[in-house]
Amino acid sequence: MRKITIHPNTRLEGHGKVDIILDDEGNVKDAYFQVIEFRGFEKFCEGRHVEELPRITPKICGVCPGAHHMASAKACDAVFGVEIPPAAKKLRELFYCAHVAHSHILHFYVLAAPDFFIEDKMKRNVFGLVEVLGKELCAEILDCRVYAQRIQEIIAGHPIYPVAALPGGMAKPLSEEERKEIEEKAKKLVDFAKKGLEFFEDVVLKKEGMEELIKGDVYAHRTYYAGMVDEKDRVNFYDGVVKVVDPDGKEFCRFEVRDYLEHIAEHVEPWSYVKFPYLKAVGWKGFVDGVDSGIYRVNSLARLNVAEGMATPMADEAYRKMYDFFGEKPVHNILAYHWARLIEIAYAAERMYELACDEEITDKNVREVPKSKPSEGVGAVEAPRGTLYHHYVTNKKGVVEKVNLIVATVQNNPAINMSVKKAAQNFIKGGEIKEGLLNAVEMAVRAYDPCLACASHALPGRLDVEVRVIRDGEVVSVLRA
Amino acid sequence: MKLILNWAASCGGCDVSILDIGSEILKALEGVDILYWPVAMDAKREDLEAIEDGSVDVGIINGAIRTSEQEEEAKIVRKKCKYVVAYGSCACFGGIPGLANLFPKEKVLKRAYVEAESNEEGETIPSPEIKLDDFTLTLPEFYESVKPLDAVIDVDLFVPGCPPSIGTIKELLDVLKLIAEGKQLERRILASDKALCYDCPRNATKSGKRIERLYRPHEVVANDEKCLLEQGILCLGFATRGGCGARCINANMPCRGCYGPVGVAGMSGITATAAIVGRWEDEIPPAKLIEALNIKDVAGIFYNFTLPVGRIRNEKR
Repeated sequence: MRKITIHPNTRLEGHGKVDIILDDEGNVKDAYFQVIEFRGFEKFCEGRHVEELPRITPKICGVCPGAHHMASAKACDAVFGVEIPPAAKKLRELFYCAHVAHSHILHFYVLAAPDFFIEDKMKRNVFGLVEVLGKELCAEILDCRVYAQRIQEIIAGHPIYPVAALPGGMAKPLSEEERKEIEEKAKKLVDFAKKGLEFFEDVVLKKEGMEELIKGDVYAHRTYYAGMVDEKDRVNFYDGVVKVVDPDGKEFCRFEVRDYLEHIAEHVEPWSYVKFPYLKAVGWKGFVDGVDSGIYRVNSLARLNVAEGMATPMADEAYRKMYDFFGEKPVHNILAYHWARLIEIAYAAERMYELACDEEITDKNVREVPKSKPSEGVGAVEAPRGTLYHHYVTNKKGVVEKVNLIVATVQNNPAINMSVKKAAQNFIKGGEIKEGLLNAVEMAVRAYDPCLACASHALPGRLDVEVRVIRDGEVVSVLRA
Repeated sequence: MKLILNWAASCGGCDVSILDIGSEILKALEGVDILYWPVAMDAKREDLEAIEDGSVDVGIINGAIRTSEQEEEAKIVRKKCKYVVAYGSCACFGGIPGLANLFPKEKVLKRAYVEAESNEEGETIPSPEIKLDDFTLTLPEFYESVKPLDAVIDVDLFVPGCPPSIGTIKELLDVLKLIAEGKQLERRILASDKALCYDCPRNATKSGKRIERLYRPHEVVANDEKCLLEQGILCLGFATRGGCGARCINANMPCRGCYGPVGVAGMSGITATAAIVGRWEDEIPPAKLIEALNIKDVAGIFYNFTLPVGRIRNEKR
């Protein structure tokens, strides 16, 4: 551990910044997780043609552009009150499952898995994994992520910045040749997903101390959970209603995305560019968990916690296995987010394969030209990192007057702050800082897979956290990854 | 060969684009010593500062300039490197986030933290310094406007695109090879000097006729083999440099100009559009032109990626 004094005004561009404040006894009083996210999209989308927003808003983030593209296109459909043709909906869902798969593969294998297996910090990356998992599997990991990127490119024009979704559907149908390529790649992704689940169940869970850690209290918070479900209460990434359960797993409410403002509000703190969403009906009670605090969580584990199961066979089996293992539902331990992510990769892959084999997927009718005057609309999808809301108001010429966005990562921001504090409390007692604080804090943040690409400019793939411990207004220690 | 990669106000897409060329990147980087790349390596600002001035061959920077830190860091990279590359539309022209220049900073902050429909009641706006219990928490402060990279340092090579295409990235790798061999580099843009239309697979379907009226992309179903402009959908290919491979057009969507203008930002598109829309016998007076074109947002359409380098007046401050 290095002891250095830094000038209090040093600003660390490109960091997730954690400040831990100690009380007189030297125990943790407060922890602040700060990210730097402010580019003003909500303002400068005003005045634009609304149909351009599905091409403008993805630039919020180079890691989850596919989620913004879809949420934006759905908000545009709602603005024009247009129902898109069935083939367009299937194409969008197929594209979107590929997007979620790419993101989850990136996060679990490139970022999270090394944490579980590699002690040496210099090797704690995907290349270090080669020694643990073997070259063949690592090559497969990288290839499979590229398959998911390729599927997005075929459907929407570009692997990073999709362009093909617009109000009323999709700009082009899928050709038979393209469909075949997607079917082949989806099949490979299904096999890969199966391996991933086996790897977690047979290797990760069997690692010494892992069961204790993943079932223990160190990384647990009893919060509400929110996520989108289909008509049978199963997880769906592209469409559905938002279901909220309380810390005991009881249904608290469910709502159509257009009514989101009745249920969610955002609290602002002067020390963070990222807001703090909470459940309006419960209220903002500060950074505490439990049934009386409005803090709720989103992302993979939250989606599984609110649902009754998965819509595809392999994923559903894995879902049951996970809840059997814990013997309770909801699961509150944040390390289970990783397991949930692998279950979602399985669902995304199986669903892609289903859709690629669907006869309607190559139907030429993928556009419904809007007939009514544009006005107002909300669109949402389950981004890899949680529910993402786009809300637009336009004049009758389709020029944007107001935009409100609630980004997935932001909804986990209150919980991330709690997790960081909890991790710190475990490692700092009476002014003594135990070895491993930094890693514990990092693991706490990382489980949520926060998308700091648009926040602190650290891609999921590399979380660059700086931890400062502060006592009596003085920085007593600085830890860096 | 020594290399620095850095980012400023960016979304991460430029860095992902480099990773997306796959295994070729490993081949290209053989014999290249990367001294600093925050997205992929654990090096800090002080490591960057410790590098000897002028000792690095190339510095590649993506993202626009929005904060003092970004400007400082760009200046450090400039000092260390023989050549500096502006990578991506944000570094070259300000990019999509440059649209924020249409509004004063206070309004942008106020919208996000006070007015947004989901916000609780209150007037709290995050501030650069917040005193808590005798300790001060800080946040970076933002400039009034978004600037392209060459507004703060000299740039030797502009690599446009949101993100640059695989073809453009490969060209950049070739340029790096030449530099490694000790060749002198001319200041230039790594894109075609001709309009995108020259590279567009639909160019052959053009008949050169005038366009009676324009449609917005959602108002008609476009034929996916014919020139979009001739179908009345405003595609900026005729005023934008080639080099992207016409990827948006291949997805049956019109070009929005991410490779930057052939000629003057914004104006080239506006004048070219004015020249081809309407019937020959129709005289459209300039004041009526935009209305006749069915465009309600001139800034957003013609300056989508280039507002910070355009000759357009931003809102009074």
